Amino acid sequence: MPEDNVKYPAEDQSLSPVNRKRVVIGPEGEDILVDPLRDYYCTARPEPELPRQGIIEKFMNWARAESLWVLGFGTGCGSIEIPPLLSPRYDAYRFGVAMRPTPRQSSVIIISGYLSVKTLKRVIRSYEQMQNPKFVIALGSCTINGGMYWDSYNTINRLDHYIPVDVYIAGCMPRPEAILAGFNKLKQRIKEGRGEGANDYIKNLDWYKANQKKIIKDWNMPDYNW
Amino acid sequence: MEQLLDRIIAGFEAADIEKRKDGQVFFTVPKPKVLPLINHLKMFEGFRNLILMTAVDWIEDNQFQITYLLNNPDTKTDLGIRTFIGRDGEGMDSIHELWGHAATFQREMKEMFGIGFPGSPRVDEPFLLEGWDDIPPMRREFDTKKYSEETYFPRPGRETHDPATYMKQKLYPND
Repeated sequence: MPEDNVKYPAEDQSLSPVNRKRVVIGPEGEDILVDPLRDYYCTARPEPELPRQGIIEKFMNWARAESLWVLGFGTGCGSIEIPPLLSPRYDAYRFGVAMRPTPRQSSVIIISGYLSVKTLKRVIRSYEQMQNPKFVIALGSCTINGGMYWDSYNTINRLDHYIPVDVYIAGCMPRPEAILAGFNKLKQRIKEGRGEGANDYIKNLDWYKANQKKIIKDWNMPDYNW
Repeated sequence: MEQLLDRIIAGFEAADIEKRKDGQVFFTVPKPKVLPLINHLKMFEGFRNLILMTAVDWIEDNQFQITYLLNNPDTKTDLGIRTFIGRDGEGMDSIHELWGHAATFQREMKEMFGIGFPGSPRVDEPFLLEGWDDIPPMRREFDTKKYSEETYFPRPGRETHDPATYMKQKLYPND
């Protein structure tokens, strides 16, 4: 756009020109306020997606349980236990478990070990961007009560205060057999219709957000990352 | 090595010389001599590799120890240069112009200990702790257990034992 059509408000001179909030003069001569950093902000609240009734829900739960797509996201030392899971020796593919590269494609997030505050922010962003229904597996004692990092200044103690957890796998670290058992437990839970973590999260969104904002001091993202 | 040490002792007031093993020596120099010494070592003695720099909090003596670890790849020798600075807001000279990666160490020390390095690039930006608003957590007056209990929702029912007293009770219950 031509430079003389643009007026910069004085306060955000520290940003690069393409990211600045500015007033652009439109074709009719009207003023249009453009704020590139807020372009993808959606402030709408999410709605719970209630389960369907009867045999349809049972069929869908069976389909969900037999095809778990796991987000490739490692947070702590536990992420080193995930690659052997996919090797021929343990072969998680035979249980319908596959790894996916992005949150939009996956239905399971594994929190593999200790979680620092900086990583928790990325976990929340990834978890909220996943499509319903979504499930959380918490690996290792660090996610249960803090583990050996229980008195650290920068790692959380209880994961279930920040995102809803479906299955905990205890151990420091759990072996791949334990993780396979955890996947089977998760499948059983989903087939019983108890895999409603995403809806619980939305119903108790205020409580979860209060807990998250208590420790993430520089909250610079939308309340819900669509 | 001996000649090098003699030159350092004569020119830069090095003291507390501690030979750890073959080709690894630690010593202490006063704060104003650190930058000339490192310059000299890099330019004339072949110590062209900065392995790391780190800080130690000696709260009893009210001072920080800063350690620079330099390496000479040709003679395979390491030098550990220690210096002491005051704990209360006294800064240290930046060496980012000698090695670019020193800026990252300095940024981390600024965040974890609150040691200022004036002029070091991006030294005031958060490194690991985003939005930290307490005193720097590696200073020893920071009570990490208290902070964790107040902040991170400890799960009730956790039982911890002091290893010494626990084993004493277990092995010698009658004492």
